[in-house]
Amino acid sequence: MRRSDLGEFEEVVLLAVAALSPGAYSVVIAEELERETGNSVSTGAVHAALQRLEQKGYLRSELGEATAERGGRRKRLFTVTALGGRVLSDVRAVRNRLWDRIIPNIRLEWS
Amino acid sequence: MAWIVRKIPATPAIPAMTPPRLADRLLTWFCAPHLREEVLGDLHERYALRVKRIGEKNAKWRYWRDMLTYVRPEFVKRKPSEYPQPTNTTMLRNYLKIAFRTLAKHKGYSAINMAGLSVGMAVALLIGLWLWDELSFNKYHEHYDRIAQVKQHVLNNGEVQTWNTAPFPLAEELRRNYGSDFKRVVLAREDGSHILSSGDIKFSERGVYFEPQVTEMLSLKMLKGSRNGLREPGSILLSESVAKAFFGDVDPMNKLIKIDNNLSVKVTGVYEDLPRNSFFHEVSFMAPWDLYYNNTEWVRTMADPWRPNAFQVFVQLADQADFDKVSFKIRDAKLKRVSKELAKKKPALFLHPMSQWHLYSEFKDGVNVGGKIQYVWLFGIIGVFVLLLACINFMNLSTARSEKRAKEVGIRKAVGSVRTQLIYQFLFESLLIVFFSLLLALLWVQLLLPTFNEVADKELRILWTNPIFWSICLGFSALTGLIAGSYPAFYLSSFNPVQILKGTGPSLRFKVGRLASLPRQVLVVVQFTVSVTLIIGTIIVFRQIQFARNRPIGYESNGLISVPMVTADIHKHFDAVKRELLQTGAISEMAESSSPPTEVWNSSSSIDWKGKDPNLSVDFSIVEASHDYGKTIGWTIKEGRDFSRDFLTDSSGIILNEAAVKFMGLNNRNGGLPVGETIRWFDQPFKVIGVVKDLVIQSPYEQVKPTVFHLANYAGAVTILKINPQRSASEALGQIETVFKKFNPSQPFDYQFVDEEFGRKFGNEERIGKLASFFAVLAIFISCLGLFGLASFIAEQRTKEIGVRKVLGASVANLWGLLSVDFIRLVIISCIIATPIAYYSLHEWLQKFTYHTSIPWWIFAASSIGALVITLATVSFQAIKAALMNPVKSLRSE
Repeated sequence: MRRSDLGEFEEVVLLAVAALSPGAYSVVIAEELERETGNSVSTGAVHAALQRLEQKGYLRSELGEATAERGGRRKRLFTVTALGGRVLSDVRAVRNRLWDRIIPNIRLEWS
Repeated sequence: MAWIVRKIPATPAIPAMTPPRLADRLLTWFCAPHLREEVLGDLHERYALRVKRIGEKNAKWRYWRDMLTYVRPEFVKRKPSEYPQPTNTTMLRNYLKIAFRTLAKHKGYSAINMAGLSVGMAVALLIGLWLWDELSFNKYHEHYDRIAQVKQHVLNNGEVQTWNTAPFPLAEELRRNYGSDFKRVVLAREDGSHILSSGDIKFSERGVYFEPQVTEMLSLKMLKGSRNGLREPGSILLSESVAKAFFGDVDPMNKLIKIDNNLSVKVTGVYEDLPRNSFFHEVSFMAPWDLYYNNTEWVRTMADPWRPNAFQVFVQLADQADFDKVSFKIRDAKLKRVSKELAKKKPALFLHPMSQWHLYSEFKDGVNVGGKIQYVWLFGIIGVFVLLLACINFMNLSTARSEKRAKEVGIRKAVGSVRTQLIYQFLFESLLIVFFSLLLALLWVQLLLPTFNEVADKELRILWTNPIFWSICLGFSALTGLIAGSYPAFYLSSFNPVQILKGTGPSLRFKVGRLASLPRQVLVVVQFTVSVTLIIGTIIVFRQIQFARNRPIGYESNGLISVPMVTADIHKHFDAVKRELLQTGAISEMAESSSPPTEVWNSSSSIDWKGKDPNLSVDFSIVEASHDYGKTIGWTIKEGRDFSRDFLTDSSGIILNEAAVKFMGLNNRNGGLPVGETIRWFDQPFKVIGVVKDLVIQSPYEQVKPTVFHLANYAGAVTILKINPQRSASEALGQIETVFKKFNPSQPFDYQFVDEEFGRKFGNEERIGKLASFFAVLAIFISCLGLFGLASFIAEQRTKEIGVRKVLGASVANLWGLLSVDFIRLVIISCIIATPIAYYSLHEWLQKFTYHTSIPWWIFAASSIGALVITLATVSFQAIKAALMNPVKSLRSE
């Protein structure tokens, strides 16, 4: 499994695309992440991550419709590719396996 | 049809919804075009969201911040396929190839260009290295901007002289009464060379007795021992090279060395040799001042220690002290201490900062008048001009040629070249030439440096590892290339191909007109003005040197040698030595004296005579001599007689030179020369027994100083020998050495030829002269190359005209005149401009010397004629070639 090329932020963005599909584009992703994490997230950072993910083949994009707030400009909508989906589930599997190995009483100690 | 003008209603402004316009504009500027739409859209959408959520002001603020997050490679980078770049590597290779081919095709043109440019660059590089060396003088010493020497202005013989020496109690005085202004005060005594010996090894070395703090002040880099090495009176610091000479690879520390065969000292340190461009470069050992003081009787027992100015005082200013203020403060420090008689000289102390020692070392009437800085300026200007000449050539040739290339431009454009491609190509060509020239120039410099160093008396190296040097070289080359290439690149590439190919372009018609060649003509005039000025300058400098050299010096320096005496052994056996040498026939005469015939080491202000103005401060040069001094150096007695063993009273007899007689205004009763008169020296009466013709002992450019020759019976500082004219010098020197070794085994035999020493007085001027002539020749060479190139182009341009003229019956001479007369006119204008410039600057230069030559008019005439002849020779080749061409060839194509 090649996973070294998926950064932490990229992973989150990739997840967000999957979650917001089919209407995933940089603004809603940034807004969503901001809401979820409580930190400010700029569209620039998200857009850059989206571009990288697209280059790696995890995402695919097409130009969507224009809205008035955008000054009549089209948006770029992203969808997760099959490869992207597999990478995501691989990541999740790794996480889950590790979670499962944590002894329950230690988990109790944290809380 | 009527046009209906419909007024478009202005869209109602919704200020709350417009994001900052400037931010948008910035983004549009840096963001790659293919991403602009989505990026701007995202930004605007988010802005709209935020206005609702957090208000307009905050939203604007966040808008800016967001905009800036797009400054990252992902958004700035252009899509590769979107804009075909004319500078992609394939084309670069193509430009290079074409540039090479153009160079190879026009071999003559390329050669002229590169030869001229590389020579100009080489000269500029050489001068640059020289300037670098001069300007970094003394910078080796860390505190160099805080160090100064205490010097004094003294009123003497009616003028203010500047001495760099001082009495030795001054150091203590400065420390005691002005201590807060100085960090260090160091007293020094330097008196010529000393013999250092260790076992059988002996060397004659220049050294200085210093107070111990000198090591810190000069920030000596100690290789062995520490900077405290001068604290003990029995110690000595050696320079690296001297230590090596004595001890080789053996550790020199704590080894014993004898100074002048009598002071035994211990080596307590070795310091890195001081660089050539340090004031103290020649000092090869340092010994403690205390050692000198304890062992020098005349210093310890001096009646008035404030009298002899035989010492030097160096200071390092306190960190916050100011040179000028301290200088002003210590002004009268000496005046307060000296006797009434010496106070007449009004000694005024001042600080001469180390940063000025080398370049600003000359004083006239108590005012600093510069010094070597003049040469720094002179050479700097020459360097700039020579380089300028080379660049002018380059530009002239490339503009001249660019007219021919207009057609090429037309075809290229017609075939489909974009303008930027043409610009790149022309710039490439000229940059290529410039960089080749730079490489050639570096090669020239490398080859010329040994010779140049010899002439300039320097040890310059190419600063291969100095980034400043490289950036200047490359920066300059790039600049030259761009400037020279800009004309064809930007001007020619702007032409309309149709007009060029039809030959009817307005630009072309303009260029053929009178004004087109004007800039080129101006440049040629500038070139020749510089060259002719340099030629005149060189001639005058050499004339001045010749003039001073041919000045009657009043004695016979040929075959005269002087041997410095460190011990008194030769003096003790003087008669025996002389007898032996005369017997072998090595010498014809021998004498002792207090200084060699090319220097005067003593002077006295305590000379009094009848009718002297009591307020006049005087300074007479004093030469102590033995009986045969006059005979040995071959002076001419004007009146009276030489010293003689027949008169016991001669020990109180003196001989004056004419300058002294004139200065004193002394006559005998009949108004003749004052032989038999009495003068007083330190209040003792001395009888004038003779007057000699002036001997040029000190500067050959200055007036001869009033000098008193006095018979002395104690050990002289030098022995002067006249080599037997029938003997070869080498043979005689061998015999002299044997005899000297026999009587004076402790001293290495060290001698100087007096005429060589005298010649050395011209060293500075001679160096300047040689360098100037070197540059003048190169300047002329470069200018001529330029002319040659220009002439060939003009001849080529006018081929058809020449053909027609020939067919109509013009003679070769006619055509030659036609092509040459323009250039000759330009050169004549240059000569007319150069004459006053050269006259003015050289007149100024000559005023520096009291004894100087004139500037006769024929020099200007000769230089102008010379320049004309060179021009004609250069141009004629091309002119005659063009005139001899077969008109059938040039006209057939029409």
